[in-house]
Amino acid sequence: MTAFADQPLVEEQIAQWREYLRRRQAFHGSDIEELEGHLRDQLTALGEAGLTGEEAFLVAVKRIGALDALSREFARAHSDRLWKQLVIGPGAADESTPGAQTEMVVAVGLAIAAALAVKLPALFGLQIDESDQPFYFRNAGLFVLPLLTIFFVWKRKSGLAAALWLALPFAAGAVFANIFHFGPNSDTERLTALHLPMALWLAVGVAYVGHHWFAGEGRMNFVRFSGELAIYYVLIALGGAVLVAFTVMLFASIGMKADWFIGRWLVPCGAAGAVIIGSWLVEAKQSVIENMAPVLTRLFTPLFTVLLLAFLGTMAWTGSPINVERQVLIGFDLLLALVVGLVLYAASARDPQAAPDVFDALQLLLVVSALAVDGVALAAIAGRISEFGFTPNRVAALGENLILLVNLVRTAWLYARFVRHRGPFASLERWQVAYLPVYAAWAAVVVIAFPPVFGYR
Amino acid sequence: MPVSKDLVAASATPLVLAILAEGDSYGYAIIKRVAELSGGHLQWTDGMLYPVLHRLEHQALITAKWSTSETGRRRKYYRITKEGRRQLAAQRQQWQVVDGTLRGIWLQACPA
Repeated sequence: MTAFADQPLVEEQIAQWREYLRRRQAFHGSDIEELEGHLRDQLTALGEAGLTGEEAFLVAVKRIGALDALSREFARAHSDRLWKQLVIGPGAADESTPGAQTEMVVAVGLAIAAALAVKLPALFGLQIDESDQPFYFRNAGLFVLPLLTIFFVWKRKSGLAAALWLALPFAAGAVFANIFHFGPNSDTERLTALHLPMALWLAVGVAYVGHHWFAGEGRMNFVRFSGELAIYYVLIALGGAVLVAFTVMLFASIGMKADWFIGRWLVPCGAAGAVIIGSWLVEAKQSVIENMAPVLTRLFTPLFTVLLLAFLGTMAWTGSPINVERQVLIGFDLLLALVVGLVLYAASARDPQAAPDVFDALQLLLVVSALAVDGVALAAIAGRISEFGFTPNRVAALGENLILLVNLVRTAWLYARFVRHRGPFASLERWQVAYLPVYAAWAAVVVIAFPPVFGYR
Repeated sequence: MPVSKDLVAASATPLVLAILAEGDSYGYAIIKRVAELSGGHLQWTDGMLYPVLHRLEHQALITAKWSTSETGRRRKYYRITKEGRRQLAAQRQQWQVVDGTLRGIWLQACPA
């Protein structure tokens, strides 16, 4: 095209105009390129007619039309674009960069590595569906989480030193999962299987936030990531279940049993690989889909509040005591964990600067009623704990209950201050993220100290 | 004398299809051709042509292909399909019916 005397100015204006278009969802990259081509053709023609660059730009932009009307027309012609598409890998997405492609290759590579890691012990004769099952449960976290950590170390470019530091907890985990000689059908072994991934998840978190562990915001991002990963994982698992069902059905129809393949390969390898793939999707698609966890929080906070209040009311009305059975403590642990989760994810989606509203009052009510319910349960259990004796399961459950209780008491206190305009919301958020390592620390205690203390029962 | 918006919108599809039936073309050239054919009476807001083109592409009446223009920039060229030609013929008949009807009444109602 013929260059204007004031060409740099024109280029700058074109760049700005392109930026305006890009901000609107209705335009894709190729539309913008097409419209820009039009604009430039028009500028050339106007320049030949004797206009200066700036004049030509004004006229050409005016002829293309108002952006609002234009983006409305584009949206009507492409109504599918109002649905943000979650595309795996590059292709249709215009914004995909070479970096995104490398990341996909790395993620898929690590997912395959995780799937193979699950099969590695089989080379040494340990089969997943035989008497070696406890070995697989104890080490479940160790097949996948180191690879997930590698993914984040790679992605955050944390460097070799960080990677070596992060290798330590995994090495320790591998040692404590395997040095103890657990008795048959051992409770402490089951506790190890349950708590080791919880402890190691903290190491994943450190890798996730990279260098910003103490910045606070990084840890909140890790909380968000964990919630979204859980949701993605459930979705992938549902798809996996359908795949398994069809595998069984198809091979059964030709008189073959696919059980060994499903039990030894498809399910364990898929479950391991899905963690990496899910994490990569959460990372890559952060901006594409709205966060799901806060939405679920909003939906279920009122419902759980009603449930707890109804429970307390019924108990007060009928006077019937809590029937203390074996599993009841674990049930109340889960309840507290759920309430902490609701608080955490509500906090993760909240603007810390916003003034308290009805939802905050509702959250406070939820926390307080959960505390009341748990208090009643603990009182009932305390009376009979000596009667039951201190089994590993009961001590672990009691410890968890206390940890969650401390968190919620402090949360209730900070929430009450915030709702009464006595303190900022940020202090509540800070408390929640500062408390995260406590869970991992307790999980580590259960893994390391419980087996010897309780004689590997 | 500018033509009303509704008429411009209604005539957009047959016009675009007819211009593409002359030969492959791209957005800016189509706009210029419309101005030339109508003697400047049919004024389009330039940008509005593209949603029309994309809609026609979606309906498989035209196809699009990116190639490099003589100026070295990438340009999206459109070509009419068989289905597009069929659609053009159908539209032509419809417009002729409208035109014929109006012609009949013009002479009686308001002789120019």
